[in-house]
Amino acid sequence: MSMQPGYVTSTTRMRGYAPAADVSVAAPSPRRQSARPLPIAAPRDLRTEPGPIRFIIIALAVTFLSIFVVLPLVVVFAQAFSKGISAYLGALAEPEALAAIRLTLLVAAISVTLNLVFGVIAAWAISKFDFAGKTFLITLIDLPFSVSPVISGLVFVLLFGAQGFFGPWLQAHNVHILFAVPGIALATIFVTFPFVARALIPLMQEQGTLEEEAAISLGASGLQTFFRVTLPNIKWGLLYGVLLCNARAMGEFGAVSVVSGHIRGETNTMPLLVEILYNEYQFVSSFAIASLLAMLALITLVVKTILERRLDEGRVPDGD
Amino acid sequence: MAIEVRNIVKKFGSFAALDSVDLKVADGELLALLGPSGSGKTTLLRIIAGLDWPDAGEVSIDGENALVRGASERQVGFVFQHYALFRHMTVFENVAFGLRVQPRAIRKDEATIRARVKELLDLVQLDWLANRYPSQLSGGQRQRIALARALAIEPRILLLDEPFGALDAKVRKELRQWLRSLHNEIHVTSIFVTHDQEEALEVANRVVVMDRGRIEQVGTPGEVYDNPATAFVHGFIGESIVLPVDVSGDAVRLDGRPLNIAAHGAASGAAKLFIRRHDMAIGPAGTGSLEGAVRHVRSFGPIQRAEVALSGGGGRTVIEIDAPRDRELEAGEIVSLQPRRYRIFAAQD
Repeated sequence: MSMQPGYVTSTTRMRGYAPAADVSVAAPSPRRQSARPLPIAAPRDLRTEPGPIRFIIIALAVTFLSIFVVLPLVVVFAQAFSKGISAYLGALAEPEALAAIRLTLLVAAISVTLNLVFGVIAAWAISKFDFAGKTFLITLIDLPFSVSPVISGLVFVLLFGAQGFFGPWLQAHNVHILFAVPGIALATIFVTFPFVARALIPLMQEQGTLEEEAAISLGASGLQTFFRVTLPNIKWGLLYGVLLCNARAMGEFGAVSVVSGHIRGETNTMPLLVEILYNEYQFVSSFAIASLLAMLALITLVVKTILERRLDEGRVPDGD
Repeated sequence: MAIEVRNIVKKFGSFAALDSVDLKVADGELLALLGPSGSGKTTLLRIIAGLDWPDAGEVSIDGENALVRGASERQVGFVFQHYALFRHMTVFENVAFGLRVQPRAIRKDEATIRARVKELLDLVQLDWLANRYPSQLSGGQRQRIALARALAIEPRILLLDEPFGALDAKVRKELRQWLRSLHNEIHVTSIFVTHDQEEALEVANRVVVMDRGRIEQVGTPGEVYDNPATAFVHGFIGESIVLPVDVSGDAVRLDGRPLNIAAHGAASGAAKLFIRRHDMAIGPAGTGSLEGAVRHVRSFGPIQRAEVALSGGGGRTVIEIDAPRDRELEAGEIVSLQPRRYRIFAAQD
């Protein structure tokens, strides 16, 4: 590329003086010339791969997904309906199945509600304030993700079991936690705690505290600021966290299995009942309940996709 | 409302953001807090608003102690650099926010609120945007909405934190004049923070120059420009030529050679000579106290800006001066220079 024309005019105007100025005058000229077509033929687009390679990669991904995700899902529904639709509905109408569904809904309702409140409080504290031990608190919130669910369940056995820390006191006062609804709810809360907080912390950190400060300077109280400014700004993220929290709460097996005691019709949640029925060779009943959990998963996926889209919209940077 | 700040100290860790600051703002004033970043100007503004708390000192608004009240009770309008509009509310609801969150006992009815918001949107000339969301507005529009929102609560004082800092140069200029005329219209005591001296000098009645947590000078734009109280102010406001000189008695020397200027009571020892670029008289060689070779001339508008390498000291000292266009300067020419107005401050380090 020729820089000559720009160079010559600049030197003549500068009367052959101030060599440093030449550089600064000549420098923009390549940019001015960039409008001309490039002389070199463009190589193949570097952002993509040749057709055959693309095909192989996509085919591999689809095959893998079909074998490990789609096929099992199809099997669940095929087994559930193998004896016809009336057998399927009959299996779901069993008192034991109804009890399990009721218990699962109850436990999910309790744990999601509590985790919603705790999650918002924790995310609020972490993202809007500075305090000592903040990093430690964030790590602690993640703990349930990194611990095996069976261990999470065992923790509660060690705390509330007959030989446990609070066991004798609880027995003396006739309070039932293990092998009862409170134990199952506690284990579920523990396992699902991170979902809401995790969904909110990055969102709230990104949003900062400016809008809250604006609200307060306009005379809003703390509660008004929370309900009129903070909550509307995080509502999609909050729903997202609640959705995942709910899916896990309904589907949790390991931790609940340890604290439940498997009392039929009383402390069996849906996942536990699926296993019991399966072990008793009642395949239609077992897969019928499994199909409900699978449907929950599918609905969760759809809603999650919608929420993610809403979240991205809310995150559109409000540039100048 | 008058504002008084006494002996404010604010530390972030070991860093003193504000180091015993005193300031009085008269009723109806439009005051600029001017300083480089890290000078403490925004911290001072946030303390007056109640968004930050001082470690020591007093703040009073209209004679009453402001520190016993939180930010939400001070009735202070605050405008943020990045607008901080509520992103999920329309422009209308943003402006109405301050009226809707008032305690039930004094809250106006819906019709009054609507009328008031309409009035404010008319004031900032953006009533046609009432149903838009902040993300659909330009930066200048957002800042005007933010101002309307702050004015909705009928603030006793108005505080603006770098209000035009995030806007491009042209919009900034327009908004500056607009803020000036708006203040003439509503007369609420206002303080705005800026690091842009032109903005401060053009808009404010009085300018407070700050540096490193201290107030260097308070005065009208003319005073801080023409009579800078410290070396910092002289260097920060307007463009200055700074030369290291030695003062002994009434004699001033540059690189050992005497300059034909008086010390005007500056203490003996190392000092700095400050001259405005346009305060240097240019004459033929051998007529003034400084002499140098013109290296480079750029002409624009009414002035020509020349780079002059001073003789003596090995020609390493190069200064920039502004000369009127009536005497054409040429590169290579030897000229003599004589400061018409100057200030000498003792060297600090």
